[in-house]
Amino acid sequence: MDIKLWTLHLLKVLFPPQVLLPDIVAIDIGLTVATIVIGAYLTKTRKWGWLWHEWLTTVDHKKIGIMYLIAALIMLFRGGVDALMIRSQLIAPNAHFMGAQQYDEVFTTHGTVMIFFMAMPMIFALFNATIPLMIGARDVAFPRLNAISFWLFAFGAILLNISFSIGGSPSAGWMSYPPYSELLYNPGVGENYFLLSLQIAGIGTIATGINFLVTILRMRAPGMSLSKMPIFVWASLITSSLVLFAFPPLTVALGLTMLDRVFGASFFTLGHQGMPMMYVNLFWIFGHPEVYILVMPAFGVFSEVVPTFSRKALFGYEAMVGSLLAISFLSYGTWVHHFFEMGAGPTVNVFFGLSTMLIAIPTGVKMFNWIFTMWGGRIRLTVPMLWQLAFIPTFVVGGATGIMLAAVPGDYQYHNSYFLIAHFHNVILGGTVFGVLSGMYYWWPKMFGWNLNQRQGTWAFALFVGGFWLTFMPQYFLGFEGMTRRMATYPAGLGWTALNVWSTVGAFVMGAGFVVMVYNILWSRMHPDWDTTGDPWDGRTLEWSLPSPAPEYNFARIPVVRSRDEWWSMKQEGRTDEVKTSEATVRPIHMPRNTPMPIMLAAAFFVGAIGLIFGWFWMAILGGVGVVAALAYGSFADYSEIEIDAKKVLKTEAQLGRVES
Amino acid sequence: MSPKRRIWLSGSLVALFGVLAAGCGSDYVVFHPAGPVAQSELNLIVLSTIIVGVVIVLIWVLWAYVVWRFRDTPDNKAPYWPNWNHHPLLEVFVFVFAIGALVVVAIPTVHKTYVLDRIPARHPLVIDVTSLDYKWLFQYPKQHIATVNYFYMPTNHPVLFELTARSPLSAFWAPNLGGMEYAMPNRVLPLWLEATRTGVFRGRNANFTGIDFWRMTFMVHAVPNPVFSRWVSHVQAKRHPMTRAAWLRLLRPTVTPPLQYSSYPSWTFPQRPTEFTVKGLQYVPTKKP
Repeated sequence: MDIKLWTLHLLKVLFPPQVLLPDIVAIDIGLTVATIVIGAYLTKTRKWGWLWHEWLTTVDHKKIGIMYLIAALIMLFRGGVDALMIRSQLIAPNAHFMGAQQYDEVFTTHGTVMIFFMAMPMIFALFNATIPLMIGARDVAFPRLNAISFWLFAFGAILLNISFSIGGSPSAGWMSYPPYSELLYNPGVGENYFLLSLQIAGIGTIATGINFLVTILRMRAPGMSLSKMPIFVWASLITSSLVLFAFPPLTVALGLTMLDRVFGASFFTLGHQGMPMMYVNLFWIFGHPEVYILVMPAFGVFSEVVPTFSRKALFGYEAMVGSLLAISFLSYGTWVHHFFEMGAGPTVNVFFGLSTMLIAIPTGVKMFNWIFTMWGGRIRLTVPMLWQLAFIPTFVVGGATGIMLAAVPGDYQYHNSYFLIAHFHNVILGGTVFGVLSGMYYWWPKMFGWNLNQRQGTWAFALFVGGFWLTFMPQYFLGFEGMTRRMATYPAGLGWTALNVWSTVGAFVMGAGFVVMVYNILWSRMHPDWDTTGDPWDGRTLEWSLPSPAPEYNFARIPVVRSRDEWWSMKQEGRTDEVKTSEATVRPIHMPRNTPMPIMLAAAFFVGAIGLIFGWFWMAILGGVGVVAALAYGSFADYSEIEIDAKKVLKTEAQLGRVES
Repeated sequence: MSPKRRIWLSGSLVALFGVLAAGCGSDYVVFHPAGPVAQSELNLIVLSTIIVGVVIVLIWVLWAYVVWRFRDTPDNKAPYWPNWNHHPLLEVFVFVFAIGALVVVAIPTVHKTYVLDRIPARHPLVIDVTSLDYKWLFQYPKQHIATVNYFYMPTNHPVLFELTARSPLSAFWAPNLGGMEYAMPNRVLPLWLEATRTGVFRGRNANFTGIDFWRMTFMVHAVPNPVFSRWVSHVQAKRHPMTRAAWLRLLRPTVTPPLQYSSYPSWTFPQRPTEFTVKGLQYVPTKKP
């Protein structure tokens, strides 16, 4: 073909009209400038090597945790901007802040980014930053796999995020129900971006699940039986097992849709007797456990935060663990409650309605147990504790409206209305987001070695929580007024305007809360309040027995655990010297070596995905070959460890004041 | 439940609904039922709201009390029990409390789910509904007329809607009359509704199907039976039949004003409604929820 025609065609595929909107072009220019500036800065300060050796090739769980956290905060910003765009559009009837096509893209990206690229990495950030420290391990079970997980997530996130400037964003909603997500209705590449980015990130997520499952089961310090594990570790263990069983149905659903779109199959198509309903089932067989994957780590965080800041043992440890297990078991048996209106018949609907209500029992037990943990304690209103205190009254409302939704005939009136929107934001924000932010503020000094300013943190908290209530309470009532989700705009005269205005105002207050939070982080970085003790909160679990941040090898001497709140017991019984090392006891430590293989593997997946997205099969094959090559390199050429010799360990520990005299 | 208690319960529900309705304008469509299905659903909504409301308030009060009483100030006289972590009675109470609250919601849920799945008439009016991009097609197989984006139904007469789609998954929702049901391609799903008062009610597609989905609304005209018959005769006599060309025009992704057809080709609606739920076609005379 003529080279000029070919170039024109390529330009048309890469830049269809929907990515040439002025705001998107402005963002493109901004991102390009930012990339150039960062690149120039790294070149000028000669930091490329540092970036490569310290971060891009690292297998250290603490650094991977920090990278997850930064990525999650960036994605929170992206998803938050999407949310503000949605709310700006809905502030008035017949508004045309965006066209309907762009609105559809924005709500699709908002949901996808927030669930898969904000909440999930935020959770994994906390897992990575804390789990090995809490169980007395030197790293996770499979450090390189951990890095692979992170880079697959990162490249998946990049893939979804470039869709809005190259080729066009997905616009079928975060659930992407077929047949709307099929070629007949969605001819562009947007849906392919959705499918491939989630698929790649999903591989990483499953690997993370396996990794933490094995880490927690196999690598606990001597003496830490299952019944002595901190609840956050329990929550992580159960979350990991949920990931392991919940993500494969999603992989199947996305894979079959991809076969439909890229290779002309008809699993879920309108024609050829496709079965869209099958996708809906598969998606929610994943989707319902997913919401517990999101909220259980938050439950875990609260079970650490409440005892610490009440200076009191957790109330009902066994009940807490039992209810986590019960929730995880029940969560697989509730998926049909997402579509009571798809004609399953009363018996099926009743079964799933009741199974959904059953989940409220263990959840209610947990709520009461957190309150009873505070009973008889001394409650310190630190920022992590404030998030927890806001969580209880907020999550109760979200859980309660969940019961209302589980009452099947009631759901006939709530389904797909703003009542539903308010409900799931109430549980996901009030549960997951409050939880991970509580965890972020709680473990921040452990991750970075300096504290976040409490006053600014309180402001961020107050704005965010206040904004949250203002945003979502009116939406319950909008549901009763018959407003349905995903409406690009609405006519006047339905009585929806006033409530929508309040909701939008609330969203901007939340946005202000996020800005203050970022300011809080940056300000605290520039005026660091160093945590020299390693135990700024008077903590109870093992991670607080380490200096902040923990040295590369975490524990020079692996502690022997005797009780649930081991560090607390050590402090109470005057055994804190047990964590110190001495010339007699110090041993060399084997640690995994950095490797470029994870980032190479993820990059190969990325190339292959681009090939499939645009239907350039030569490129897909190239990517596939790259994946195999990276795996082969990893299997045959890349296996090695480094040994940190005893003298070096002793020197590091001495600098930290952790050597027994 | 004894009849006396049932009267008492429904009486208090009606009273509460009255308060709610007075507090909210007619914009709150879910709170203004125009028929037995919506009324039954509203009763459950009100009941479950009361139950969860009690739980919410209880936890809020307990929470506020604990946060205030056990705050960390030097002069706080409240007891400090750093190792109090078990209380068998309390743990059992929490469990029983949660189950008890749920049972109150669960029993009417089960009852109503079954009742609402039985249409209380041997010969309901049948309306075949097809969701198209971005419009609703209503066909009356007995009267053999068709309308787009609006329909008439007689009051005090159950209507069986048979829902299908030649579009992505859509949801048929007329909140004044009752809850929704999906309209799905390759399937036909049943839904029955009934209007007990006259009026014009708004309905819409509740599931995202594309850029103009938010404009995919319809109007329900609930009218007395004689008016309905007159309307049917009028459409049969005064409007054109649906031709193949008209059908193909309807299939295009457009938003259209309301339309009427005096007849339609029978192949425009699936001939074998194979995918009904079993109970969906059970006609149970006279008993209403």
